[in-house]
Amino acid sequence: MSRKLPKKDVVIVGLGWTGSIMANELTDEGLDVIAIERGPWRDAPTEFPPNYAQDELRYRIRHELFLRPEQLTFTFRNKMNQTALPIRDWGSFMPPNGVGGGGVHWNAETFRFLPTDFVLRTHLTERYGAAFLPEDMTIQDFGVTYDDLEPHYDTFEYLCGTSGTAGNLRGQIQEGGNPFEGPRSRPYPTPAQKQPFSHTLFGKAARELGYKPFPQPSGNLSQAYTNPLGIRMGPCTYCGFCEWFGCGNYSKASPQTTILPLLIRKSNFSFRDNSEVLHINLDGSGKRATGVTFVDTGGVEWEQPADLVILSAYTMFNVQLLLHSKIGTPYDPVANKGVIGRNFTHQTISTVNGFFDNKKFNFNPFIASGAIGMCIDEFNGDNFDHGPLGFVGGGYMGQVQTGGRPIQSTGVPPGTPKWGAQWKSAVRDNYLSQVRPGTGVHGSFYSYRDVYLDLDPTYKDRFGRPLMRMTIDFHDNEIKQNAFLTDKFAEIIRAMGAHTLDKQYRKAPYDATEYQTTHLNGGAIMGTDPATSALNRYLQSWDVSNLFVTGASAFPQNAGYNPTGTVAALAFWAATAIRGQYLKNPGPLVHA
Amino acid sequence: MRKAAIPFVVFGAAAAWLAGPGLGTAADPDGQAFDRIAKGRYLTTVADCYACHTVLDAGKPFAGGRPIETPFGIITSSNITPDNETGIGAWSDQQFVDAVRRGVRPNGSRLYPAMPFPAYTKMTHDDVLAIRAYLATVEPVHQAVKANTLPFPFDIREAMRPWDALYFTEGEFQPDSSQSADWNRGAYLVQGPGHCTACHTPKTSLGGDKSGDNLRGFNLQGWFAPDITADTSQGLGQWSEDDIKGYLRTGHNRMTAATGPMAEEIVNSTSQYNDSDLHAIATYLKSLPARQDKAPAQAGQPVMAAGQAIYRDQCSACHGLDGQGVAMLFPSLAQSSLAHASDPTSAIRLVLRGGRSVATKAEPTAPGMPSFGWQLNDEQVAAVLTYIRNAWKTAAAPVSADAVGKARDQLRTRSD
Repeated sequence: MSRKLPKKDVVIVGLGWTGSIMANELTDEGLDVIAIERGPWRDAPTEFPPNYAQDELRYRIRHELFLRPEQLTFTFRNKMNQTALPIRDWGSFMPPNGVGGGGVHWNAETFRFLPTDFVLRTHLTERYGAAFLPEDMTIQDFGVTYDDLEPHYDTFEYLCGTSGTAGNLRGQIQEGGNPFEGPRSRPYPTPAQKQPFSHTLFGKAARELGYKPFPQPSGNLSQAYTNPLGIRMGPCTYCGFCEWFGCGNYSKASPQTTILPLLIRKSNFSFRDNSEVLHINLDGSGKRATGVTFVDTGGVEWEQPADLVILSAYTMFNVQLLLHSKIGTPYDPVANKGVIGRNFTHQTISTVNGFFDNKKFNFNPFIASGAIGMCIDEFNGDNFDHGPLGFVGGGYMGQVQTGGRPIQSTGVPPGTPKWGAQWKSAVRDNYLSQVRPGTGVHGSFYSYRDVYLDLDPTYKDRFGRPLMRMTIDFHDNEIKQNAFLTDKFAEIIRAMGAHTLDKQYRKAPYDATEYQTTHLNGGAIMGTDPATSALNRYLQSWDVSNLFVTGASAFPQNAGYNPTGTVAALAFWAATAIRGQYLKNPGPLVHA
Repeated sequence: MRKAAIPFVVFGAAAAWLAGPGLGTAADPDGQAFDRIAKGRYLTTVADCYACHTVLDAGKPFAGGRPIETPFGIITSSNITPDNETGIGAWSDQQFVDAVRRGVRPNGSRLYPAMPFPAYTKMTHDDVLAIRAYLATVEPVHQAVKANTLPFPFDIREAMRPWDALYFTEGEFQPDSSQSADWNRGAYLVQGPGHCTACHTPKTSLGGDKSGDNLRGFNLQGWFAPDITADTSQGLGQWSEDDIKGYLRTGHNRMTAATGPMAEEIVNSTSQYNDSDLHAIATYLKSLPARQDKAPAQAGQPVMAAGQAIYRDQCSACHGLDGQGVAMLFPSLAQSSLAHASDPTSAIRLVLRGGRSVATKAEPTAPGMPSFGWQLNDEQVAAVLTYIRNAWKTAAAPVSADAVGKARDQLRTRSD
């Protein structure tokens, strides 16, 4: 039996980026909001102060900020005919845990998707014909457009103070920015970060090859900034400890540095940390959520009733909670029916390490930030003609120097022994004179019928609930896409002056042990048809109208960009719909 | 409504600081009139009665029971809600005035000066009664408090008689007709209800004000309440009026941020002062004469070099190589008077233990300073502080490793 708590207007599951955004928006509306967070409270000066946050062993190798697999994990397999096994140590992605969520440990690349990314199936079908797409590819349109989201991208960038150079200002292409981006209503709030030597060299080489390089939009700020909530941020110090780490310098945008200082002082906001939500509760009709049930560290179960439930956890946990709460029809890949678990995707990442003459080149790789970089977008989305190439999708590529950290910045040319005196000597010779782009090629991952999430038939969590099972592999389309992009990227690294290249193509099968990105997407996707989507265009559940689900779980497929900008823009979009439409007339915002 | 109508014109410009409608000789006004209560609530905030008379997060405003640290031991604050038995509900107005302005309890015994009656005595009779009017409207809480928890011999209240004779001068603030109305209002607030002197004026070994050193800083409760005179190196000499107002209103300005006991004072009290009172306080503080100290001893070169190396590694990421920090976020160590204070207690404490700046409605960020006590030894802390105190066109006495060691020992026993 769970103990019942006093009813709230809104309960939010997960206090990361979107949970914080939704809480701030809905408390502004005057609602009484509680957030339930599985992990601990985290705050910059106490949890990751700058005098020990830069500890690669503690945070990168030992995963201090992440969920412990002992608490909750997933099972994994590549193919439907395999038996999935539990993941016991995180590899290809890092499930966040605690207040701030992934916003604590991200690199802070703050991209917008291309306008065509939102209407992907329509666009590709119109340009290349339906037969051009692989038969089992299940890509869809989002149901929202870039123009719908533009004001909300803008809100998020001004919340974060994002540093960048506009490429398209109200339709006018701007020199030095990304000419492929959708039109933006205003410039970035702060100028792009200063680029280290290797980035400058990459930009020069790319220009000489006819591309239009631009600085990566960065949530590591180029200068001090005060956001519209009155919260202050400091300039980035280029310490190079962003991804996997919290920033104690107040210079990386995160819920802690942009929203929480204001939110936690609002009298109509409260939260419970170290409290894991077990399920969303429904009334007898199954059409209305009545709140959530969670368990605290003492094992006590609590029921938190609320009029409105916002599911704002990480992709995997959003989908898992929907399945455990029996909301929506679980996806069946054989019958190709059902919605919860379908269109699960990740990212297609590869890189090319370049080795340079160490008498001529000194890149000082430790001068870095998570999102500093010079990129090109010529091979992203449908910015290039796929007709002759036989694949769809693409990505951005760039020299993104995220750090010269001692344990993992020991790249050596191909053929070097893996240990011993020769290895040490090669590390010494190459540390300062190599280019090791963190995410050199950052490619899309489109959705397929046999890549999905469901409940594992064998393995259970500590509450006896089935673990969620990931069935995921790379398809030929992504492998071809990656080979093409990696070769294009290698040409630029070569043009920078590298004498040796180490091309690290992405290959099948999908490997759960090697880190790619934490950009898992889909499983509870948005769309226009309840038969093929879990949520309508406002992130509202088709089945339970007082439930909204934020996060990248709503992406029908992943674009060739980092997802956070779009995840946040969608959260503001949904919050605007709740404030402007739903609260006046609670019920479905779209009638199927 | 009964209201004393003594026209301001009688006192001329120097009387305009008296925002209140009357003086002690007038008939006491209606205690239940809205404007009396509103005025009393503001003055209660100005006098920060809440801070001492409320236990944090207990949900019982003004019910007392909060331990107050004094050099002589712990005193527990009293219940000032209108409860008849355990609060002040049964007190007459005169008994209230006597307690606040003379430090005398209804039974004739003496209050300890943890209750800042040496400052409150400067308040007008009318202002004190306005506070009384407001306190009569708060929720009565039945909570008996054993106020006197001092060790022998300080627990003998009778001992306060000679103390009063030595250090207590009863009497309302007397305006200085040669100064502006703003200056007089500022002096009234600082010396009277604001009781800034309680922390910022040096004390004798018996806890009396060293009146010749008015507001030149004092070490208490593990902090150094800094010099707030117009001294350029120790005090507020480099602060503009806006810097002072901004600091008191938001806890932050372009050079520094409030932490420690001042953080609480800002949240409960000064952030709610009205603009003209903040202006008046700034006017008064800026007029206080600077100290004429001799140039401090110069720090030795090896210590400065060691301090600079530590500073670059550990401090410069936020405070900058030039010590300028980031306005409103990271204090400017080149300009912060806390960093250059003659008594480095607060600076040592912040390095050893870190600290959290205050969050206010206007400045919600509340940036924090990490603790370095686990990382730097006494010599290293001394070196980096000595460097900070002397690096940027400033000069302050070196900090000794011995002083850091002593502070480290004292902090071990402090829970705050």
